[in-house]
Amino acid sequence: MLGRTADSLYWMARYAERAENVARMLDVGMRMALIPSSAETRNSAWFSTLEIAGVQEDYEDRYGAVDQNSVVRFLSVDRENPSSIWSCIRASRENARALRGTITTEMWEAANGTWLEFRDIDDNSLRGTGSRQFFDLVKERANLFRGVTNSTMLQDDGYAFVRLGYALERAGNTARLLDSKYHVLLPSPEDVGGAVDYYQWGALLRSVSAFRAYHKIYSNVIDPARVADLLIMRPDMPRSLRSCLDEICASLDMLCLGRPFECRRLAGELHADIAYGRMSDVFARGLHEFLTDAVDRCTILGAQLQRDFMMLA
Amino acid sequence: MTDDATGGSRFFDEWYGLDGVPRQLVAELDSWFRDIPAVDLERRREEADLLFRRLGITFIVYGREEATERLIPFDLIPRVFGADEWQFLERGAIQRVRAINRFLYDIYHDREILRAGVVPADLILANEFYQPQMIGFMPTGGIYTHISGIDLVRVGEKEFYVLEDNLRSPSGVSYMLENREVMMRLFPDMFAHFPIKPVNHYSDDLLRNLRAVAPQATDEPTVVVLTPGFYNSAYFEHSFLADQMGVELVEGRDLFVRDGFVYMRTTEGPKRIDVIYRRIDDDFIDPLAFNPTSMLGVPGLLSVYRSGNVAIANAMGTGVADDKSVYPYVPDIIKFYLDEEPILKNVPTYMLRRPDDLAYALDHLDELVTKEVHGAGGYGMLVGPAATKEEVEAYRARIMADPAGFISQPTLSLSTCPTFVESGIAPRHVDLRPYVLAGDTYSLVPGGLTRVALTEGSLVVNSSQGGGTKDTWVLGD
Repeated sequence: MLGRTADSLYWMARYAERAENVARMLDVGMRMALIPSSAETRNSAWFSTLEIAGVQEDYEDRYGAVDQNSVVRFLSVDRENPSSIWSCIRASRENARALRGTITTEMWEAANGTWLEFRDIDDNSLRGTGSRQFFDLVKERANLFRGVTNSTMLQDDGYAFVRLGYALERAGNTARLLDSKYHVLLPSPEDVGGAVDYYQWGALLRSVSAFRAYHKIYSNVIDPARVADLLIMRPDMPRSLRSCLDEICASLDMLCLGRPFECRRLAGELHADIAYGRMSDVFARGLHEFLTDAVDRCTILGAQLQRDFMMLA
Repeated sequence: MTDDATGGSRFFDEWYGLDGVPRQLVAELDSWFRDIPAVDLERRREEADLLFRRLGITFIVYGREEATERLIPFDLIPRVFGADEWQFLERGAIQRVRAINRFLYDIYHDREILRAGVVPADLILANEFYQPQMIGFMPTGGIYTHISGIDLVRVGEKEFYVLEDNLRSPSGVSYMLENREVMMRLFPDMFAHFPIKPVNHYSDDLLRNLRAVAPQATDEPTVVVLTPGFYNSAYFEHSFLADQMGVELVEGRDLFVRDGFVYMRTTEGPKRIDVIYRRIDDDFIDPLAFNPTSMLGVPGLLSVYRSGNVAIANAMGTGVADDKSVYPYVPDIIKFYLDEEPILKNVPTYMLRRPDDLAYALDHLDELVTKEVHGAGGYGMLVGPAATKEEVEAYRARIMADPAGFISQPTLSLSTCPTFVESGIAPRHVDLRPYVLAGDTYSLVPGGLTRVALTEGSLVVNSSQGGGTKDTWVLGD
């Protein structure tokens, strides 16, 4: 397969996943905003949302002070923000367009159909329909595209690059989400177990579709340590770091065929730290340190992946 | 069908001839179509639109505020040929391409035709599309133009003219194939009932020919389609053909030259390429040999080509044979190389580089069609009878500035074909582009791209000028 084709497949998936993650993030932000709290707390929550997306500087340059409407607008429909849902959907579709000969007709129709649906959505129409409905639509279309991809695409190398794009984007997102919320949500360890906690951690779990799973697995009150365990260590939780790393390693095995690529080593190393690490050690070292380290390693892994497969001379 | 389609006409109609009576060929088909209620036709047309849009079969129109993706209008009513008519066109088109390949070999080698004075030497050697790099080099099998689109118009029952030969990278074949797919989905009964010859094996024929011209003795030649990228107006077609043939669709940046061979960058390392079906112009294919600012090409490709380590289809330097200034000589070219009478006629052409022709044309601009010698796509042409006085005068000034840059032809009475338009079914002018494939043998699939001018009375069928397309049927015996 052409390196460029692999690159497009990888980014098509990453952008599709990113659009969904941004929608999930905004969704959880809006849920949290429904819980009574001071304006200051609320805005700092929105600021953390910008941090997760890594766009707080762009935002401040363009909008200045943080408030819910501006953040939602900036991350949903802002044409000039390359990380907005609108831009991600467009970027994913543009990559798909360059892949017309590689992806299935169904995949193209899903990507193109999604773009046609979102193309004209702007600030005004967003206010009209309501953003929650908008986020639901993003998730729905993301599910459609992923479903169509899984059920129609030939499961060859190209599929492995798509899976890599999805899993790597998702891993970084989960780590950042957890990290940033952990800060905001945990002013002091003694607060654990209060009603506010229930709602706020609950909202975080919902944002990664893990609310029910949490209760099913732990049958216990929502507790930050267990949330971290669920989203980092559990191999059966689809958005956990562990689960993403499993996926990354399996896809890389398909591509490397035993050849000693650096990206496979990096992925294996990170995978081992998570698969064989103890949650108590993570806390002893500091959850924040652990998560930033994971995010950095995902970034390095992504760059190495491109060096190993997509820019061959 | 409807009343305005019948009744005498000064134009030959593909369905109703000159007297308004359905030709025997379409008699049964005509009543078949008559039986479809108008609302039902309208519904199927909407279905066709939806199919095309969902498949993303769009092209890009330049020169607007932003290049926009648009759907080429598709018309439901097929253009129909009988087996005899088709055989005649097939023989004529193949004869033409066969002679042109001989001509291209000759002008890059012995130049016999120039020495014999059949074609003026300066017209060829000073032509901007003549590629000196091709002198003395012979592509595999002596084939220069592997894929040729011959634009034909019909003016009478047995009267066809060639408008131009497209020998660089003729486009539109994907529409021929997709139009057929859509028709088969919309009218399965018709395909079950009428002996409509299939065209779907085009991509197989193309692949077989491309593999056949691979320069290296290899069992499994690697073929690729080279595209300028997805901002190109015909990108859909490039990816469609690559997909149909099951080969990689590459851009210049995917390829590189090393040690005398061309490779593509793949996830498994460099892979050598044997045959390139290129859809980019000569000028852009190799920045070292041609346009140095080209970002689309592959540096060093020409040297690999010249040393015989990669085949390129079409060959470089074919543009000199489809230049409008060379077109008037094609009948002589056929006689010179094949010693045969041309089967298909040329449109009489005034070459405005000649003083007599220029004087005549300037006097009759309002009756003639005048085109730029190097123009394409229906841009920059003047259709005299349809133009305003101001347009004619503005064009006259352009001709005076550079007479050699223009040719004029009589306005042809292009045949019409019943077409589904807003006011119902009405005759609209059509042309035809069949695709001749050359490799071990010459062939063309029974069909082609029929373009239709959707505006009443218009003779300009180009998609960039609001033209549409139709499926083209060849009925078996």
